[in-house]
Amino acid sequence: MNKTVNPKDLTSDDGGPLYAPHKKVYPQSVSGTFRRIKWGLMAICLGVYYFLPFVRWNRGLGAPSQAVLIDLPNSRFYFFFIELWPQEVYYFTGLLIVAAVALFLMNSVGGRIWCGYLCPQTVWTDVFYAVERLIEGDRRERMKKDKSSDPMKLERISEIVLKHSIWLMIAWWTGGAWVLYFNDAPTLVKELVTFQAPMIAYIWIGILTATTYLLAGYMREQVCTYMCPWPRIQAALTDEWALNVTYRYDRGEKRTSVKKAAELRALGEQVGDCVDCYQCVAVCPTGIDIRNGPQMECIQCGLCIDACDNVMTKIGRPKRLIGYDNDINIHRRQEGKAPIYRIVRARTVVYSAIIVAVGGFMVYTLATRSLLDVNVLHDRNPVAVKLSDGSIRNAYTVRLLNKSGYDRVIAIDAEGPVNLTMHVVGADSVTPDRPMIVIPRDATSELRLLVTAPAENNPDKSIPVRFHVMDIGLGVAATATDNFVAP
Amino acid sequence: MTDHHSDIDSVSGKSTTGHEWDGIKELNTPLPRWWVITFYLTIVWAIGYWVVYPAWPLIASNTTGMFGYSSRADVAVELANLEKIRGGKMVALGAASLADIEKDPALLALARAKGKTVFGDNCAPCHGTGGAGAKGYPNLNDDDWLWGGTLDQIMQTIQFGARSGHAKTHEGQMLAFGKDGVLKGDEIVTVANYVRSLSGLSTRTGFDAAKGEKIFAENCVACHGDGGKGNQEMGAPNLTDKIWLYGSDEATLIETIGQGRAGVMPAWEGRLDPATIKAMAVYVHSLGGGK
Repeated sequence: MNKTVNPKDLTSDDGGPLYAPHKKVYPQSVSGTFRRIKWGLMAICLGVYYFLPFVRWNRGLGAPSQAVLIDLPNSRFYFFFIELWPQEVYYFTGLLIVAAVALFLMNSVGGRIWCGYLCPQTVWTDVFYAVERLIEGDRRERMKKDKSSDPMKLERISEIVLKHSIWLMIAWWTGGAWVLYFNDAPTLVKELVTFQAPMIAYIWIGILTATTYLLAGYMREQVCTYMCPWPRIQAALTDEWALNVTYRYDRGEKRTSVKKAAELRALGEQVGDCVDCYQCVAVCPTGIDIRNGPQMECIQCGLCIDACDNVMTKIGRPKRLIGYDNDINIHRRQEGKAPIYRIVRARTVVYSAIIVAVGGFMVYTLATRSLLDVNVLHDRNPVAVKLSDGSIRNAYTVRLLNKSGYDRVIAIDAEGPVNLTMHVVGADSVTPDRPMIVIPRDATSELRLLVTAPAENNPDKSIPVRFHVMDIGLGVAATATDNFVAP
Repeated sequence: MTDHHSDIDSVSGKSTTGHEWDGIKELNTPLPRWWVITFYLTIVWAIGYWVVYPAWPLIASNTTGMFGYSSRADVAVELANLEKIRGGKMVALGAASLADIEKDPALLALARAKGKTVFGDNCAPCHGTGGAGAKGYPNLNDDDWLWGGTLDQIMQTIQFGARSGHAKTHEGQMLAFGKDGVLKGDEIVTVANYVRSLSGLSTRTGFDAAKGEKIFAENCVACHGDGGKGNQEMGAPNLTDKIWLYGSDEATLIETIGQGRAGVMPAWEGRLDPATIKAMAVYVHSLGGGK
């Protein structure tokens, strides 16, 4: 290894290129089990994404009737029967934890299930490929058309124009659906088509149209290989038991042609099932050869399994020369032992336990959360006021939160210094000693609350005060504590 | 300097700049073309900027640019838009009576928000950000008012001030009984101790209460009233309560009686518009001490 390095080899300008040149991939169409699963999941994913904003959910008059809505101006998030306020953003944190661990779990069970079937990059690229195939033909035709140096004919030009127009329409619909999650969908659609919608909606549609068009139409597998961190992380999360799309080289090697294999088999020799037909390579959306073993570029979409199965059926050999498998089983088969599959193991149990624990905790807190809340902030300047008769008064800013869908009538009580009197600025005319406040539904109400301790009960240091608020109609209560301070 | 074109580095095969330090020569590595083009483009861009935007200082002014852009005009437009947005609400505030504002939660919230901002800008330097006051500057949170603590009285004080020079200002001041020669030194000490006794504070040993009462009756009752209960018409404080604007210790009282007191509250009428003054009156009243 101690070869002298010529300095020339170290420079980049006269040495090799700094990055690999882009090799355009022309995946061939394929049919089979995994292709059908992919079509099905694609329909579900896109269906949910495009049509969810139009699902209605009745929350009563005055509240938005969209089932899933991110209402930024009013800072509310609606998800069917759930309504979240900005301070409840930790539910999203929990959701992200569950999502991340679910990704780990998928990975330890079946490899890059997310990448191959569910990732938006995969789903939209698949749609774009389908459009491309429909208009320009399958792999061979597309390669031929791209390589052709003949001057373009009208037919070819119209193909290109049609393809990009459909791509742009899909991309535009993708961007359009995105903004519908942030506003009442039917209203916004009407505004969009009559050019009455706010500029920001058009800007976002434009941005997402551009990103969809570029990522699914041009960058495709480059996103997975060069931009996405998950392939790198995935490699660290996998283990020897995880099932990955694998070329079963124990069965496939040595590769021979169909004819030769038949001859050799007739002579009773050991030959591999792989006939080197390159169908697995032709259908691969990332343009790799799965027979080279696990690779970072492989998104494990399973299309090579379908391609190989079709060939194996034709030549009368058993299916699944490529299949979900792992090295342990390949070695076991080579040693003549039966393969073992271990889906339940420490890693998957721990991941599942985390999902159940975090998910359960979230459901529990969501189900038991209070829809009435109170926050109290002591006046800072002045912290205490001496009145002319020597009594001491403290002022507090009280914020009442009513997260429910109806107005509440609230009574406030304070518990602190002996014989305290309480006064709510602006609400004293009704019930001076036990102020009653109306908080509108789904709103907060800020009050200025004055607590006075008579001169003979002046505390000489700070003592705690508890503020109780109670919905006098329903009996729901909330409490906050603060201090009563002497000057 | 050597001609760097002919000076080729033997290892890399590149020409050098001819600069040499301790036997190490600097390679001549030209800037990338894209960098140079970008650099020239920024220069072109800068020239365009001079033409379009205000750029060069002149002796008394500056070049104004093609479209006469000014950030000050931008601010004016934004302020005008803000006024437009707020317009209706502030008009409603201006039209409502002070009592009605306190009863309407929406108007009260608006008045308190507006009042708090304006208070911070205009009143806080003397009265403190929360209206806690300081020596000579009344605490606006308590229930002791020199000129009255009802909404109307507070508004009047804000509008016209105290000893402000405004035609409708509150007048009346604490006279300088010592400086003007009305009372002698020992009489001032005596009456100061008498004033302390009115609110139950300790007095100096040997203090002659009867003499103090006599001096008080002859000199102070006219403004501070019988028993020192004060008079809001004249801004004369109640001397029997626990709140002291300048301080209740003997030395401060002697200074007050000897030198007089005449703090000034400016008139805000004309400086703030009527709706804003109203908002401020409601804000001060809602701090807690309002009557």
